[in-house]
Amino acid sequence: MAIYDIKEAKPAPINNRGLVFWLRKNLFSDIKNSLLSLFCIYFLFITVPPALDWLIFSATWSGSQEDIVKDGARWIFIIEKFDQFIYGFYPENLHWRPLFVAALTVAFVASVKLLNNIKLKIVIILLYPFVSIVFIHGGLFGLETVETNKWGGLMLTVIVAAVGIIASFPIGILLALGRQSNMPIVKTLCVGFIEFVRGVPLITILFMASVVLPLFFHDGIDFDKLLRALIGITLFQAAYIAEVVRGGLQAIPKGQYEASESLGLSYWQGMILIILPQALKISIPNLVGSFISLFKDTTLVLIIGLFDILAMVTLTNSDSNWLGYEVEGYVFVTFIYWIFCFSMSQYSKSVERRFNTELK
Amino acid sequence: MNRTKIALSLTAALALIPMTSSAGTLENVVKKGELNCGVSTGIPGFSATNSKGVWEGIDVDFCKAIASAVLGNADKVKYIPLTAKERFTALQSGEIDVLVRSSTWTSSRDTSLGLNFAGVNYYDGQGFLINKKLGISSAKELDGATFCIQAGTTTELNLTDYFKSQKMEYKAVTYDTSGQTIDGFKKGRCDAVTSDASQLYGLRLKMDDPNSVMVLPEIISKEPLGPVVRQGDDDWFNVVRWSLFAVLEAEELGITMANVDAQMKSDNPSVKRLLGTSGDAGASLGLDAKWAYNMIKQVGNYGEMFDRNVGKDSPLNIDRGLNKLWNQGGLMYPMPIR
Repeated sequence: MAIYDIKEAKPAPINNRGLVFWLRKNLFSDIKNSLLSLFCIYFLFITVPPALDWLIFSATWSGSQEDIVKDGARWIFIIEKFDQFIYGFYPENLHWRPLFVAALTVAFVASVKLLNNIKLKIVIILLYPFVSIVFIHGGLFGLETVETNKWGGLMLTVIVAAVGIIASFPIGILLALGRQSNMPIVKTLCVGFIEFVRGVPLITILFMASVVLPLFFHDGIDFDKLLRALIGITLFQAAYIAEVVRGGLQAIPKGQYEASESLGLSYWQGMILIILPQALKISIPNLVGSFISLFKDTTLVLIIGLFDILAMVTLTNSDSNWLGYEVEGYVFVTFIYWIFCFSMSQYSKSVERRFNTELK
Repeated sequence: MNRTKIALSLTAALALIPMTSSAGTLENVVKKGELNCGVSTGIPGFSATNSKGVWEGIDVDFCKAIASAVLGNADKVKYIPLTAKERFTALQSGEIDVLVRSSTWTSSRDTSLGLNFAGVNYYDGQGFLINKKLGISSAKELDGATFCIQAGTTTELNLTDYFKSQKMEYKAVTYDTSGQTIDGFKKGRCDAVTSDASQLYGLRLKMDDPNSVMVLPEIISKEPLGPVVRQGDDDWFNVVRWSLFAVLEAEELGITMANVDAQMKSDNPSVKRLLGTSGDAGASLGLDAKWAYNMIKQVGNYGEMFDRNVGKDSPLNIDRGLNKLWNQGGLMYPMPIR
């Protein structure tokens, strides 16, 4: 019986491995690709080093305006105005309150993810918005009131986005269910609302909320401007959420609806226990997409005189001691937006994986 | 769960609604103990925030002056930043008590909006910022110069009118936004830009070398900027108007933040009437006898406000020009307090 030695596998031929092979396969496989690659490399070569130089190497990181000698970014502007970019006009000695709410939010997200006790979860979900509002607005439990005209910067951006997302979600689901309802009045109202709101730009709704609405309460109630904007944004977002959820509802096979009815479940039981969990799950990517776009849309509040983080660039640049730092401001704000939007999309991926029950 | 959430947010919403009654503005301000002052969303030297997030500027100082006249405390002001589009609505709806937001006094605004301009706290107008390389010192020598212009603005119309009336010609490089226009000037695509003079000084500071450009002395349009109040509330209108006159009068009489206490003992009848040591100017406005004293003590006279925010003590370093007192060649003419 012949005995076969197990031979060591030979390394692949030199032109089939390593850096050279990778380069040839991916970048220089034929003349067309080679030209494209060369062009891209040249493009990166002329753009990246100057950008890095401006952003980092030639940038001024500390000191005062007199110390600016180099041609790079003057980050001292951001450092000087940092508190305004983050907190707006929130009193300096109370900055711990928004910070505390930020920490609370992290704890909230973590506890909702980790806790298994459903009742405890509901209590936390109900308490969280209340506690956050009390801490940021004050006026209760001996906390000093900080009126909404003092809110600004990143804090305001996050508040507007968070309220818009949290409040619009239940309303959006109800609207989506209403649109599919068999009751003609409910259906007409929901379709009418959704189509009306989706037919006008957010900017119009904000202008209505800030310019037209106050004229109706002449001499009467002075409605808080931020609150008006928040209601406008919530209703706007709800209409979009409704359409996203409707997409999910329509993707559920008719058999599921019939199954829930044949089990003797009422409409709400069937919806909550059977239909919505499936419909919402397949809607996650679109929901997060519209949340991210809402986060960026919040910056439109600047046209009604609320200072979100983007509006802060203009305001901080009108300090006559610090004129002409727009570019640094915009680059900084871009970076902040990117961090937030990227984190949201990563979080959505993890939520999708968590709820993925398909056998794939 | 949804129902509880809605109930909670409604409670929170109600907590955020302050009530205002429909009494006169003066009474309201006294009752609230706070002046709601409409300012801009950032105009250098007029209303902007410093690095501490505190509002500063000549308009802001005037808000403070009214607050110290009415409430005796310059810090009792709530600043409401407003964009150009919402400023008049905010005043009409009662969200603010007075608007001090570099608003130009025009007939249409004064008559058709239900508003009244209480005076002029800054005489602005369209001016020219030129590159010093041109080697000229007057707008009359601008014949043939190249201008960076934002298309479709009133400044463009004013420029055309001015050059026509002077029988001169200019070459235009047009841009869509004001940012691009400034950029064009910065990069040397044109010899001059034109805008409201108060803004040109800010633009000048944004140049890589502010000393390479200069603002010409000529002003070719009228932009009187002043505080605005609601029409039909004459008591409040009087308070705002005479607060402005009082800070001007104080400058005319040489009363400053530093010497106002010493001036309380002055024998000059005008000083005595202004500071309330004689006469009843304060009482007839519905204010404390020391209304003007409080303004000058806490905010200063008009000249001090000007120098501190836009004039020689500020980075903008705007020439006083038309905003000098009437007896120094300017237009600022306070009506006598007696």
